[in-house]
Amino acid sequence: MSEMIKVGMADLKLCKSPNAITTLGLGSCVGIALRDPTTKIGGLAHIMLPDSTKIANNQCIAKFADTGINELVRIMVEAGASRGRIVAKIAGGAQMFALQSKTDTMAVGARNVESVVKILGEMRIPILAQDTGDSYGRTVEFFPETGDFVIKAVGKEIKKI
Amino acid sequence: MSKIDLNNMDGMYFDILSEIGNIGAGNATTALAQLLNTKVDMKVPKVELLEFSQVGEAMGGEEQLMAGIYQIVEGDISGSIMFLLEEKSAITLISKLMGSPEVDNASEFGEMELSALKEIGNIITGSYLSSLSMLTNLKIIASIPAISIDMCGSILSVPAIEFGEVGDKMLLIQTEFSDDMKLTGFFILVPDLESYDKILSSLGM
Repeated sequence: MSEMIKVGMADLKLCKSPNAITTLGLGSCVGIALRDPTTKIGGLAHIMLPDSTKIANNQCIAKFADTGINELVRIMVEAGASRGRIVAKIAGGAQMFALQSKTDTMAVGARNVESVVKILGEMRIPILAQDTGDSYGRTVEFFPETGDFVIKAVGKEIKKI
Repeated sequence: MSKIDLNNMDGMYFDILSEIGNIGAGNATTALAQLLNTKVDMKVPKVELLEFSQVGEAMGGEEQLMAGIYQIVEGDISGSIMFLLEEKSAITLISKLMGSPEVDNASEFGEMELSALKEIGNIITGSYLSSLSMLTNLKIIASIPAISIDMCGSILSVPAIEFGEVGDKMLLIQTEFSDDMKLTGFFILVPDLESYDKILSSLGM
């Protein structure tokens, strides 16, 4: 029997087929689903901020795009995934409130996505699909068996990328 | 270096922040009663310092639909404040305020209803901020409100990210208002670290 593993905010977990993995209500945060298609070992990270090096309080590695992706790759390889085969799908990074502000907090969704794309590029992990930006929240489910990344939003059709 | 570490907040700081929450919610209740022209009771607010991963659950699940009204705070302190209302409460409140029948779900709200909700949020956070301002003698100005009706987790990501820059926990004030109906709302005040210091030192801490 397969189970649905839950990833919280600022959290990351490993997931092997036939299990699936989910995170609920991504707003400006970004969900990064990684998978080795051969071993069907996958994982999901729910990151909140783009860069751990910009912030003094950075012990929580799953909170940041850079440290979060690195850690997820590390535990996947440890579980038997091949580093060279890992591919990614990403979702989230919405701007939940239309508000102009002196701080750049409001654009943090876009900055998160930008940072995730850059880091994955530097790590040579191809992004197969993405559903990011806009102004609504997303719940995502990832199936390492098929690589399907299912995206649900309020008042919208369920999307599979 | 800031005096406050949100991850290791001791009892006294926490009590002070709770008490500000208490007084603020009390004023918000009065404002709500005037707005609706009815008697409104309030339960003693529950103040909690939560891990990010626990916040969604504390508010009834990450996928629960909520209305979030968000404002930037400026003046002597800076940060943001958010008032969240459960979908059911938002529907009841709008119907009562506008004298219209209750809609089935909050995504049916039009411009007019969203605008009314923003104003309710503005009045409630305004009364909360003015009690904070009076207690601390600090000038606090809130921006015009912005609204989002979406999954609780998604709305919360905004203040969570702001808290996330300074710590791994978030301060949540839960308030329950009632007269002939029950309204459950939540406040999240996110001052930046310097503002925490200012608030506490102006209170003689």
